[in-house]
Amino acid sequence: MPIIEAQQLSKSYRVADKQPGIGGTLRHLFRRQYRHIDAVREINLAIEPGEIVGFLGPNGAGKTTTLKMLTGLIHPSAGRATVAGFTPFDRKPAFLRQISLVMGNKQQLIWDLPAIDSLRMNAAVYNVTNHDFKQRIDKLATMLEITDKLNQPVRKLSLGERMKCELLVALLHHPRVLFLDEPTLGLDINAQNTVRQFIRTYTQEHQATVLLTSHYMADITALCERVVVIHKGGLLYDGLLDGIKQRFTPYREICVELEQPVEREQLATYGEIESIDGRRVTLLIEREKLTACTARLLDDLPVVDLSIADPPIEQVIGRLFEEGHTA
Amino acid sequence: MTPPPVYSTNSTATDQPVGQQLVTFLRRVRVFLAVYYALMIEYRGEILLWVFATALPLIMLGLWYQAASDSTFALSPDAMLRYFLAVFFVRQLVVVWVIHEFEWEIVSGRLTPYLLWPLDPAWRYVAAHLSEQLARVPFFLLVMGLVIWMFPEALHDTETGTWWSPKSWQLLLAIPAIYSAWLMRFLIQYTIALGAFWVERVQSFENLAMLPYLFLSGMAAPLDVFPPLAQKIAMWTPFPYMIYFPATLVTGRATNIVQGFAVITAWIVGLFLLNRFIWRRGVKNYSAMGA
Repeated sequence: MPIIEAQQLSKSYRVADKQPGIGGTLRHLFRRQYRHIDAVREINLAIEPGEIVGFLGPNGAGKTTTLKMLTGLIHPSAGRATVAGFTPFDRKPAFLRQISLVMGNKQQLIWDLPAIDSLRMNAAVYNVTNHDFKQRIDKLATMLEITDKLNQPVRKLSLGERMKCELLVALLHHPRVLFLDEPTLGLDINAQNTVRQFIRTYTQEHQATVLLTSHYMADITALCERVVVIHKGGLLYDGLLDGIKQRFTPYREICVELEQPVEREQLATYGEIESIDGRRVTLLIEREKLTACTARLLDDLPVVDLSIADPPIEQVIGRLFEEGHTA
Repeated sequence: MTPPPVYSTNSTATDQPVGQQLVTFLRRVRVFLAVYYALMIEYRGEILLWVFATALPLIMLGLWYQAASDSTFALSPDAMLRYFLAVFFVRQLVVVWVIHEFEWEIVSGRLTPYLLWPLDPAWRYVAAHLSEQLARVPFFLLVMGLVIWMFPEALHDTETGTWWSPKSWQLLLAIPAIYSAWLMRFLIQYTIALGAFWVERVQSFENLAMLPYLFLSGMAAPLDVFPPLAQKIAMWTPFPYMIYFPATLVTGRATNIVQGFAVITAWIVGLFLLNRFIWRRGVKNYSAMGA
């Protein structure tokens, strides 16, 4: 049985439209005009316990709105959702005890106090015993490499240290379902790796379920086998990460090293030129023409080396967002 | 599918026996007060300024002392001094600022993580207010000491030759009266603050509510100087119970205690029900802006 389930989940907002200038301001004052925005449109989703699912989409696609509905922060306009057997928006304490939401652009730590104080408050809120509190802090802080940072005022911590503390606060009560919204936003490579490793270890140890949004594909490729892609509020894709390439990339990448440079016009007859770097050329070739094209290349050109690969996932996702394919 | 493992030993408050629930509650009270007290101490300089910012009763003290010395009022000049000193004291313990905090948290989306707590966010504000009161104590006692040093008559009535000597039961009753006053004020302001779920900016509504509060609470003038009919009407509103009623108990003067606590209870129950009604509707309207 899925631990996260959404059926026809939708959210629309009414926003006021204001034109610029004094005229626009006066019109806005006396005759306000509104328009409806469908932030999320009839999304269906089923996530099994223990899964780590990447939730992808360009800015404004409806990812955060979906997370807000699944955590019970906002009321859906239509459709239904269940998380850990509860309807999120009922906001029952028994539900709230089982989930956690981490937002890379928002913090719940008390800015002027050391993180340990926020942790103590969360321990009291979630009724974590003193013994468990100490044990969990020791373990989680060690994993996140912030043991010596917990007694410093939050305002004195670096962005990466703060984010690690946010994760610690969010996981102190050992939630079963984790909603991570850009948890590595703005972090350096080392901090990103630590956070990824931490999420992986936590989910393995606690068999937690994770729905992760991130604009860093490295987060997704490191943690998720399955991805859900949304665009303009609608579901584009739900399946294996590798399946995206099969489904949305009708081409493969051929990298060729030539003995001597060849005219661009001639190269263009084989496929779309992605890049030319001296004698190294990268071409995008349609999958069904791949064999024939490779044979032609080897016959026609002075090829020293040739390799075939799928285009990088960042490129595939980028194209997917740009073109907004329908599922 | 295998069932998920036991993730934690956290128990819900409702599945505990009553004794354990009480222990959980007291632990939360202790931790919340300790953490927010630490936070308020960080703002100690600001708190000193807040004490001065709420010194209107001390200005009124000077004005009414002079007025009572020049004319005949229901209270003698020394009784005026004592009254406004008591008003200043009560005022320090009934300061409420939840609307500023709540409005900012709604507009900035900061409320979001606290809405995910299995605990009503109101408890945070209550803890923050009580801790701030505690942090305020040394500052306002210092100011009161200064005023008494300047006006020793506040403690000793020179006309009657008597000392300020409220009965112990009056002082005992003043404690629930002050905290009821705080609770009423908190519920009124918090209920107005909930309007931020719809209109985001609500502080102007609070400014409007300050007007009757200022005049009917007894902060600007003791209700004894009001015409009898105005006094009668005012005593059915919540405002006199926010300052005048507890201040009168502190000064040791006679007042209708039964009516006082009956009106307070009725207002608290009514405001609480209204607050919960609006909260349930408001939270449905929350859009978690900026989050």
